Amino acid sequence: MATIQDKSINDIRIDYYPTHEHQGMKFRRGHALPFGAATVPNGVNFSISSSAATACTLVLFDRGADKPYAEIPFPEEFRVGDVYCMIVFDLDVERLEYGYRMDGPFAPELGHRFNKDIILSDPYARSLGGRDTWLAEPNWDDVYPYRSRLAFEDFDWENDHPLELPIEDLVIYEMHVRAFTRDPSAKVKNPGTFSAIKSKIKYLKDLGVNCIELMPIYEYDEWENSKPNPVTGEMLVNFWGYSTVNFFSPKAGYAATGKFGMQVDELKTVIKELHKNGIEVILDVVFNHTAEGDHRGHTISFRGIDNKTYYMLTPEGYYFNFSGTGNTLNCNNPVVRNMVLDCLRYWAADYHIDGFRFDLAAILGRAQDGSPLSNPPLLESLAYDPVLAKCKLIAEAWDAGGLYQVGSFPAYGRWAEWNGKYRDSVRKFLKGDEGQVGEMAQRIQGSPDLYFYRGPTASINFISCHDGFTLHDIFSYNEKHNEANGEDNNDGGNDNHSWNCGVEGETDDIEINFLRHKLIKNALSILLVSQGVPMLLMGDEMGRTKKGNNNTYCHDNELNWLDWTLLKKNPDLYTFAERIIKFRKAHPVLRSSTHFTHSDYVGSGYPDISFHGTKAWQMDWSAYNRSFAFMLCGDHAKRGIIKDDMIYVAMNMYWEGLSFELPQLSHDRKWHVFSNTDMPAGEDVSQLGREPLVQNQDHIIVGARSVVILVGK
Amino acid sequence: MNVTIKKVNDITVIEAEGNIDSRTAGEFEKKAVEATTDEDKIIIDLSKVEFLSSAGLRALLILYRQVKARNGKIVLVGVSEEIQDVMENTGFINFFILADQIDDGVKAIG
Repeated sequence: MATIQDKSINDIRIDYYPTHEHQGMKFRRGHALPFGAATVPNGVNFSISSSAATACTLVLFDRGADKPYAEIPFPEEFRVGDVYCMIVFDLDVERLEYGYRMDGPFAPELGHRFNKDIILSDPYARSLGGRDTWLAEPNWDDVYPYRSRLAFEDFDWENDHPLELPIEDLVIYEMHVRAFTRDPSAKVKNPGTFSAIKSKIKYLKDLGVNCIELMPIYEYDEWENSKPNPVTGEMLVNFWGYSTVNFFSPKAGYAATGKFGMQVDELKTVIKELHKNGIEVILDVVFNHTAEGDHRGHTISFRGIDNKTYYMLTPEGYYFNFSGTGNTLNCNNPVVRNMVLDCLRYWAADYHIDGFRFDLAAILGRAQDGSPLSNPPLLESLAYDPVLAKCKLIAEAWDAGGLYQVGSFPAYGRWAEWNGKYRDSVRKFLKGDEGQVGEMAQRIQGSPDLYFYRGPTASINFISCHDGFTLHDIFSYNEKHNEANGEDNNDGGNDNHSWNCGVEGETDDIEINFLRHKLIKNALSILLVSQGVPMLLMGDEMGRTKKGNNNTYCHDNELNWLDWTLLKKNPDLYTFAERIIKFRKAHPVLRSSTHFTHSDYVGSGYPDISFHGTKAWQMDWSAYNRSFAFMLCGDHAKRGIIKDDMIYVAMNMYWEGLSFELPQLSHDRKWHVFSNTDMPAGEDVSQLGREPLVQNQDHIIVGARSVVILVGK
Repeated sequence: MNVTIKKVNDITVIEAEGNIDSRTAGEFEKKAVEATTDEDKIIIDLSKVEFLSSAGLRALLILYRQVKARNGKIVLVGVSEEIQDVMENTGFINFFILADQIDDGVKAIG
């Protein structure tokens, strides 16, 4: 019987040794799977597929070298179906950079754009060289600008495991890796990097966040479409990163150790540390398009390897543009579908990622001709995949081609959605629009009108995100101010549903500033007492502004960098956010995984949820009404399994204060005030468990444009 | 890349000089393992090492694991600030005890 020590048995394999030689390089027939480059005893197995190439050559570089040191054409007998594979021996895997030349027809009308003069990046590369340090000037004449590399995949995770927190218990914090700590006010070592996130874990924990959603961290090129700002001359770059160069590689420029090629270890170290502190990591992934652009774009990888497979093409051979960025990844082609699946499995298994948010996910449900599919194979594969079984899957359920699927995204019982209707309804309600209470009643319940069968956990609730205004700016600007983007203020959406409270932009007016803070607190209150999954935008807890710019994708400066001095400037906002998050976490009745029944199924004498107006038990559903209240019965928490307090939330978006009659409590319970946004800082929100008794248990005054939260206990 | 083996009391001191990267990590590991086969108190002196690559970090960790497996003690001394930063960023620092100089390392081993 062979044992682990019995190496002689393991060594008895004849494929550990070369059979061929070319330019001094020793190699042999390889394995078709796995795709990419993988270390095997004594060598590296290279595998890449193309449905239409006529020949393929492996190109090998020493790290950073101008010219390759070897080019090995794949012998025809090494091809398995459409897959070119070979094992090359005696390579220095740490210094190796590799790529491919693909020969084949250049016939765009047939979908082919082969050019064997271009060295192509491996779509399955585990790390990429060429953009190792953020905004370091690249060699523009490089024959191979985005260089495939191997990565050490032996990270010691010790006892780490993805946290698998119930999705209804999450408080998601959407952040940009570089923007989070790049500003000097962050006062961290290695600002703007993966590693620096570790320095802010305590901050995130104190705030109560238990999940961070990272804007794209797959390798992209910050130099893409870079140009000087016409006004200031400052360089505009791709800061957000919604333009993937490689789906398997973390962005080296986000790693303090990227210049040493250690970004894989660095990112894993951060994830491990976050997990130790009870914080999940969701990645914002962009599978709708690539960085290669349209027919005028650069050929980096996919286009030169198998254009017709990777992209949705018009009958004339041009690129469909459902993403608004030039091309559309052909996600429901079986080859591409498998690549997406391989990629997500890799991030889930090797990086312990807890979930994924899919940018413009409606595209993932389009057929190869662009038409929407009723049963998209990719979405189904992801939903039922065993490796991804415990990962959160979140769709941005629309695309730039007009497909809007909020509420109807093919979910297979697994997918949640960014609830765009939640954002729009709440914003309109908060600024005092008429005709919103009906919608709002749905939104605070987890949008059963949209997710009746899927439950409230299908709804990722948010009022602000990276796209659009910050929470502060929603109440400081009527119009977008995107001049700094260099597109004459034509970029970015116009449907901001915002209100400047009387002055456009910053002001010294004390009353206006008080109102703005109050409206922010109203928003935080509503977000954190809504059923579903709340998501905060980085910095909204401290009044972050982007100066009215609602599309800051191109700014590597203060428009995106989080200004940590805001914590001192707006301590009341932080305190409010921190306490309302704690309030949510302390009250399971706010975190139901199933919809309300509007009935009393535990015999408490109260329905699980009830709606009220200025008179208890009488909701005014009329269109001109701008206020309402709801009460949650704690005896129904988690379908009656847990006993919680009664919670009453009154929202008055009318411009005058209103007296609300309170529902009577049973069992000697009394109403206590958790928060009242109409009160000055310091008196606006209680510490958990120290809520003062309401003097008059029959009525409360809810001030103009204010939210009051009461606890019955 | 040079590796010198010394003895301070009952402690084996492995002094490395030069960069430990993919070209030299194998040699470093081989020499270090040979010198410490029957030893359980080990100091690795990196004061003359300017750079540790991914492979270098792994060579250190392999050594650490082997010593640890026989309940030995291993301390790194003279680690430059830059290397410490890299070890911190990549998580490797959590596995090691670091000391400033050999004397501190001797004390740390006890």
